[in-house]
Order: sequence, then C-alpha cells, then structure tokens
Amino acid sequence: MAEYQNIFSRVQVRSPVYAGVPLPGGVWKRQGRGSFSYWLGRIGDAQIGPIYLGTLGVASLLCGFIAFEIIGLNMLASVNWSPIQLLRRLPWLALEPPAPSNGLHIPPLNQGGWWLMAGFFMTSSVLLWWTRMYRRARALGMGTHVAWAFGSAIWLMLVLGIIRPVLMGSFGEAVPFGIFPHLDWTAAISIRYGNLFYNPFHMLSIAFLYGSTLLFAMHGATILAVSRFGGDRELEQILDRGTGGERAALFWRWTMGFNATVESIHRWAWWFAVLCPLVGGIGILLTGTVVDNWYLWSVKHGVAPSYPQVFPTVVDPSTLPGAPQ
Amino acid sequence: MNLAAMKLRIVRASAVAGIACLVATGCERPSPEVIQRGYRGLAMGLVYNPRTLASKQAANAVPVAPPLADADGPPATTVYKNIQVLTDLNVAQLTRLMLAMTAWVAPADQSCAYCHSGADMANDDNYRKVVARQMLRMVRTLNTEWKPHVGATGVTCYTCHRGNAVPAYVWYHDPGPANMFPNAGNRAGQDQNVPARSVGLTALPNDPFSEFLDDKATNIRVVATSALPGDKGWIKQAEDTYGLMIHMSEALGVNCTFCHNSRSFTSWDSSTPQRATAWYGIRMVRDVNVHYLEPVTATFPANRKGPLGDVAKVNCETCHQGVYKPLFGAGMLKDYPELAGPMHPGMAAADAAAPAAAGK
Repeated sequence: MAEYQNIFSRVQVRSPVYAGVPLPGGVWKRQGRGSFSYWLGRIGDAQIGPIYLGTLGVASLLCGFIAFEIIGLNMLASVNWSPIQLLRRLPWLALEPPAPSNGLHIPPLNQGGWWLMAGFFMTSSVLLWWTRMYRRARALGMGTHVAWAFGSAIWLMLVLGIIRPVLMGSFGEAVPFGIFPHLDWTAAISIRYGNLFYNPFHMLSIAFLYGSTLLFAMHGATILAVSRFGGDRELEQILDRGTGGERAALFWRWTMGFNATVESIHRWAWWFAVLCPLVGGIGILLTGTVVDNWYLWSVKHGVAPSYPQVFPTVVDPSTLPGAPQ
Repeated sequence: MNLAAMKLRIVRASAVAGIACLVATGCERPSPEVIQRGYRGLAMGLVYNPRTLASKQAANAVPVAPPLADADGPPATTVYKNIQVLTDLNVAQLTRLMLAMTAWVAPADQSCAYCHSGADMANDDNYRKVVARQMLRMVRTLNTEWKPHVGATGVTCYTCHRGNAVPAYVWYHDPGPANMFPNAGNRAGQDQNVPARSVGLTALPNDPFSEFLDDKATNIRVVATSALPGDKGWIKQAEDTYGLMIHMSEALGVNCTFCHNSRSFTSWDSSTPQRATAWYGIRMVRDVNVHYLEPVTATFPANRKGPLGDVAKVNCETCHQGVYKPLFGAGMLKDYPELAGPMHPGMAAADAAAPAAAGK
C-alpha cells in the first residue's frame, strides 16, 4: 500500500479545492478558485491557491515593482538602453548610492537620488510584506514566529542600507543594488575595516549560519528516517510521542547522548536561523561606528593569535627617511 | 536508435557543450598549483596555473645580445652632433645601442629612418627621436634612482616595448561612455560596473590609473590604523584601492598573498618583502608618468594620444606583462651597460638637464 503525505509519496489526492478556514470580516476575499499541479505535488502540496492578497499585499507588490523598475531602468540607462547589453552585462550593472561626500543630503536623481528612492520603495515593500505576514498569521490564530524570523532578516537589511549609513553620516556607505557590485562592496567593507572575520558578531553570525544548515540537515534526516513509523506527523508527535518520535529521540541519545524533543528542535532551528542575521546586523552596526579596524581590535583584546615570522622584517617604506611619497 | 535514447544523447551533449563553454570562456582549466610561502596554515600561498607557464615563458624570451662594444674609442660627441643624453658613450657604444633600440622599437621595414629623418642624423624634426631621447633619460633614471624597485636587474627599452613602437600595455585618461542618458544610469562617476580589463573584469572602479598613478596621486591607504574610529577612508575609497590592487595582481600574474597577508592587508609586519618593492613600483610609475611622459605630450602627434589628448602612460602591466618580474627577471641591463646610467660620469654633464625631479 502506498504511504500518504511524505516526501516519498507517489500518491496525489485529488479532491475539491480546499478554500481554507473562514476568513474574519474584512474588505478582501481570497482570490482565485484554486487548481492542482502534478509537478508541484511531487515536491509539496499539489493545490495552488486560492491566495489572499489583501491591501497590504497589493501595496507591498506595488512598492516592490516600483523599486524593481527604478533599479532595472537605471541599469538599462547605464548601457544606453540596449536590451542586449542589459542581458550581457547584467551581473556587472548596478544602481549606486550617492558619493560618500554627499553625506546625508538628498542628492540629485542621477547622483544617488534614484538609489535613495529605490531603497525607500524596497524598504516599504518589505515592511508591508512583514505586516502582511504578521496579520495573516494572527487571522489564522497562529503565533507570529514567521514574521519575527523575517523581521530578523529585515533588521540586517536596514542596518546595511540605512541605519549604519545614517550613523556614519553618509548614504555613500550603503550597499549598491547589483549582483557583482554588492559582492565587491562586501569585500570592500571587510578590507576597509581591517578584516570582518575578526568581528566577533560576524563570527557568531557564521556559527549560526552553519549551525542552521547543520540543524536543518539533522532534523530533516531524522524525520525522514522515522517517517515510516509516522514520525513525520510532528504535531501529533509533540502531543503524544509515538514510536517514530521515540526512535528519533533514542537515536540521538544513543549517538550523542542528548536529544532535542520534537517540539524543542523547532525552537533550536528557529533561534539559530533568527540569530544569524540578528547578530550579523549588530556586527555591521558596530563596524566603523564603534570599531574601525577589527584586526587591530582583535590583537588588542587577545583574540588574534600571532604567528612566527618567516619573512625578513618588512618596514613600511613611507616611514623611511627620504622616501618618496 | 529509439527516441528516448536520442533525447538522452542530445541532453548529454548539450550539458557537455554547456560546461565546455563555461570553462573555455571564463576560466583557466583547473587545477592550479599552490606553493606555500608563509607560516603553515595561513594560506600564504602562491597560486599559479602550470598550463599557462610555457606560453608565458615563450612570450617573455629575451633577444640575444650582441657582444659588448669596445670601451676604447672616440667619444660619440666628437663624431656626432646634437647628442644630449648619451654624452658619456663612445662611438662604438652609441652605435651598438642605436642598433639595439632599432630592433626593440622600430618596425622592421623602417629601421633608423623610423626616428631619424633624412641623411642628417642630428636632425630633431621627427617627434619619435625627441621622444626616444626623453625615454633614454627615463631609462637611466629608472636604473639609477629607482633601484629599490628595479634592483640590479634594471630595465631596458625592451622591458616595455618588446618589438612594438608603442608598448602593448599603456593607458590613457578615460573620457567615460559617450552620449549617456543624462537623468539615469549613472555608474558611480561612469567608471564602474562594466566588465573592464583594467580591473580583471570585476565591477570595481576601472580607472585606478588616473586616480593613483598620475599627478593627483590619491592616498591608496584606506584601512584604519587604530582599532577605534580614526580618519581613514570610506568604503567607496576601499573599492578604488581594490581596483588598483586587482590591476597589480593581474599585471604581475600573482594573487594577493604575493605581497600581503590577507588577515591584515595593511600590516607591514606580516607582509612579504615584495610589498615594499611594489610600493616603490607605484611611486616609480608615477614618476615616469608625471616627469617623463606627460612633459612630452606636445611632442606627440594627435594619433598617438588618447581621446582626451593625453599621452600614453604606463602602469604595472607595461613592464610586467603578466609576470611577477618582467621577462621572468632576465637581467638584460648587464648586456646593455649603456642604459645603466652615465658610463663615464665626468662626461655626463648634459644629463643633469633632464627634467626629472626624480623621487618626487
């Protein structure tokens, strides 16, 4: 007999579309009647829609579209409106923030004004989407964990794009919109501030990032491994630990002496994921505002080890008498 | 062959072709060799691709030098007129050097006439001769006053020219893209966010030469020198410096750790000795551009100048051409002592007229 509802299931149930629980009163209804997709059914639920867009959703999409257009049209203008060059050079193209010397003044449109505007609409879009997630969760009577996890990522985005630049006194410190350019910027901030790897909050962020992937792999593997005993029905297992959950717990207790519970593993994963951008944002916030050179800071506080010198002593030539400058 | 097998074959063939395209267009074939230089575990490795070595060596072969000229003989100034720089050479030495310069610089079918107009060798009508004189002053300055960079290896005309009338790797001021839309699409001063060869096809600011290797000479150092906030540059300036460093890396065919310990790019005490050599190199390039090339701008005809009317200028690649030491460190200068500086110092009074305030 085929099993029902886990990732290995080859059985797709076709029933009338489930529209969802009744909505509380409001202006909007759910949109669409819903349909089924065989291929989506291979990796998840086969039912698509109906979707709830709502005022916040529409406003968010509109703001996101405006930001996307400002960025895209500026990129297109930067290659003299050539669609072919837009495609060929897309990874290099960017909408850049104002020059650092502009400070916190509102710059002319083509000297960073577009960037500021795109940033405003992107931020609005993301914040509206956050509110929508919060409101939809409340409407379903759920907790708001998803919204707060999303909020953690938004925090990092705001630190990079607006909070830190304002504290530093220049929009020019912010990140450009662009594929390679934002990566170059990432390398440049690390170089400028003496190697971000020596920033303890960056270290923590990396630990939570890798920790998240580790927890995800451990949890996913565990549940898949016990799904034949019904272990994938995690909510039931939280309330009433069956043989699947029992075996999963036993497995980890045997192999590493400790096991999370079916409920607490999700708290582990949530906190690891949330802390990754949360502490990362703190690390960026401190960079340049509180610490100017993370390597020297680490030397000062005994974090950076010293290594045996293998090269002949190298002296900064500019400090030598009579050196050219 | 049935349809399914054929389909599979087509899919496989396109996958292979796709991967082949990626490799052929973007990268050298792996894997590179890494040679450890610094203390173990610090990633102080020299990275190079053994498959490119043979072609690099062939491209950097040094021409065979003729036997040295007889040190005795009448001073060239007693035989030739209008000698201003090589006043310390005798006739044989001067002739030998002129022949070498012809082989290194002049197109094969033009020989002496490339610089000397007509029968009168002393005639200065040809701009190339005036430029060549300036270049001789420059080479002698490099070999005497820039030893911290060129060492005993020194430079000759061939280091840059390699048989070309204009060295293959020079730069001009960049006028930026023409006819740009005025109200959008600013690429941060128009010198960024295009795949530019000058910065190794990154999106970094791609004219580090005007900024760092010319008379303006912006400060390259942007990293804070203290743990707590000081007065160094913005992130944007770090991108400018980064662009220059990518140029140096590409020009020398080396990775960052040839000079720097990447844990702290700015610390001299953990850098390699090559960083100090490179430091002098940057100043040397500025000296060449500001004191030797730009002063003869008016001498050049328009077709030898850049779009903004500036003279061709040098950067690291002009000499290095992808190799950590130009010509893999072959010491050509020892075969051409005429270029090493005044051979008989007493005879070289005219050399003092060189416009170089070298070392500035």
